Amino acid sequence: MDKIKKPLPMLLRYAINLAIFAVFLFGVNALITGGSVPNYYTKVIVLCGINIILAVSLNVATGYLGQLPLGHAGFMAVGAYASALFLRAVPNLPEFVAFPLGIILGGIVSGIFGILIGIPALRLKGDYLAIITLGFGEIIRVVLLNIDSVLGFNFTYGAASLKNIPKYTSFFNCFLCVGIVCFLIHTLMKSKHGRAILAVRENEIAADSVGINLTYYKALGFTVSAIFAGVAGALYASYLGILNPSSFGFMKSIEILVMVVLGGMGSMVGSIVSATVLTAVPELVLRAFSDYRMIAYSLLLIVVMIFKPSGLMGQYDFSLTGLIDKARMGKLFRKGKGKKEKAGDK
Amino acid sequence: MKKVLCTVLAVVMAFVCFAGCSAPAAEGGNEAVGSAASGDTIKVGLLGPYTGDLAVYGLAVKNGATLYFDKVNAEGGINGKKIELISYDNKGDDAEAINAFNREVDEGITAFIGDVITSNTIAVAGEANAVNMPMITASATAEAVTVNPDDGSVYTNVFRTCFIDPFQGEKMAQYANEKLGYTRAAVIVQTGNDYAAGLNEAFKAKCEELGMTIVAEEGYAKGDKDFNAQLTNIKAADPEFIFCPNYYEDDGMIVKQARALGLTVPFLGGDGWDGVVKYASAEELEGTFYCSAYAPGSTDAVKAFEEAYTAAYGTDTLNMFAANAYDAAMVMCAALAKAEETGEAPASDAYKQAVIDAIKTEGASVVGITSEAGYTFDANNNPIKDAVIMTITNGEAVYKETF
Repeated sequence: MDKIKKPLPMLLRYAINLAIFAVFLFGVNALITGGSVPNYYTKVIVLCGINIILAVSLNVATGYLGQLPLGHAGFMAVGAYASALFLRAVPNLPEFVAFPLGIILGGIVSGIFGILIGIPALRLKGDYLAIITLGFGEIIRVVLLNIDSVLGFNFTYGAASLKNIPKYTSFFNCFLCVGIVCFLIHTLMKSKHGRAILAVRENEIAADSVGINLTYYKALGFTVSAIFAGVAGALYASYLGILNPSSFGFMKSIEILVMVVLGGMGSMVGSIVSATVLTAVPELVLRAFSDYRMIAYSLLLIVVMIFKPSGLMGQYDFSLTGLIDKARMGKLFRKGKGKKEKAGDK
Repeated sequence: MKKVLCTVLAVVMAFVCFAGCSAPAAEGGNEAVGSAASGDTIKVGLLGPYTGDLAVYGLAVKNGATLYFDKVNAEGGINGKKIELISYDNKGDDAEAINAFNREVDEGITAFIGDVITSNTIAVAGEANAVNMPMITASATAEAVTVNPDDGSVYTNVFRTCFIDPFQGEKMAQYANEKLGYTRAAVIVQTGNDYAAGLNEAFKAKCEELGMTIVAEEGYAKGDKDFNAQLTNIKAADPEFIFCPNYYEDDGMIVKQARALGLTVPFLGGDGWDGVVKYASAEELEGTFYCSAYAPGSTDAVKAFEEAYTAAYGTDTLNMFAANAYDAAMVMCAALAKAEETGEAPASDAYKQAVIDAIKTEGASVVGITSEAGYTFDANNNPIKDAVIMTITNGEAVYKETF
């Protein structure tokens, strides 16, 4: 049998992935609008989507850039409030104009905060960075709590909650965002900039010595992470219809970090899988155990961390077209050689 | 080896996930079909924080409501139909509350008792309004639960059996002034807490109206354990009493530290004080007043309720929330009985509307544990009822008077 040596052309790879994503998006959407998925499951699926964006975006800073920020919920809160205030301010704009604008605005405002925090914070390393971002997250929460009315007019409403946010988030627009975010992060990581970010993670001194601008790439990774957290926040705001600063506490940041660590730092598919599992399991499965729900959840985390400390997927990233290529070249079942190729491709 | 384990774990997790997705869906579907066909049960949803910091409220509401529904079921149900309760934990989280509520709607509830915490309830009220679900909360005291704060429109489907935050603040200011004869007040309040802020604002406004002076106003953050700085300031201002509209854990610590500083003036508070006796000693709490919706042991009906509750759930959660929830269940049952007369099928839109209409008309004739005069609702669906003033003597909360 002839062996095919050449991998699929790039354009075809994108086309295949896009087609599969479109089938998934429109297929499930048709099921939901057709009424065959109960409302509750739709809500849980949307929440999964929001958590996927959060996990995937944190994965940029944690997994790819190798930093340990603990303030992700802060960026999410900034995006959520930015978008919610915008949507409340323009009730007459049609949904298909207002909502994308709200999401983009959430991302931009959050990204600006990412730059502001990132540049000073990223001069620090490791646990110092963790503490400063933790502090930032708390500052955001406390500020949102206390700027309830500014200069005499109501702003965030503080603890009284920002209410009546238009509920635009649906399965379709949520997962469209999931797709776009994953695609953007994927292409970023495949580019020259992505390789520079990975180099910073592997060894800062070595990266510096070959001319990689450390501050620039750290700030870049951090900001990208913040922008997409803002996008997730915007979706979250329009999903809940009510925002309370207390939902963006320290524990929310930890929750997102758990998703990333559990899935495997540096693995996008790991983040996606674990965000889905960690959102869906406590809702769908563990409800049956009511009182023992949180114990079961913690046990799940402990067991995974004991048996697989690098996370479920390690740094492995799944690539459908890569898999097809391997099948075409007859390498699928050959051990050893395929392993090295896996790490890089998607 | 590790790889195998990892794969097995991943597969198990994935399996568990999908098993979860499919199993309840099938069950839910069957149940819905079953009840629609036979129509022999009426499903009522409950929701609240049964785990976490606020579990004492959540469990009290759950137990109180369940107690009455069980009683109705034991007496043969409503129009021969048994009430089936569907109850989920929301951990006090908005997103979980919305999800769990939608799950209950999918499982075919006709009426809903809850939610417990104010912010959860506001989140759920929005969802409930969209499906016109009859909803009575026993504990969410913020005005915005029944009224849209932006345009002032009323959520017609949402009612409550507790009183609202401003009402308590006003009552306590009035009580301090008229019954206790005080004029100099100090306030210590948790900042960023909707409940505390609501009471505080109303208290201050009423004080001003009555010509009382606020000599000191101190704030603290959620989770603070040391109140010495604030209390020292308050002591320096020499008030006649301290208004402390916070939750019982904080209240207990504040009173303890105030007494240690030699601050001996009485404390006044809102219904968040319920349960404070476990958090400070009898001497420290002596002579404090708070308003409550429920007076333990005051009437025969109340005693009967307490006896039944203690027999079923013990005394740990026997508090105002349980009593309010019992009343909420009572109002709901009266409304359901009225709606049954229409002959519509439970969970249908017409049935739900009938329940909502019946809550307004039937509430007045319900002799509740916390409101003997029945539940008449004002234009904003808030009950019109008196406050009960409680005082703590010998480490026990005792009924002082109805004010």
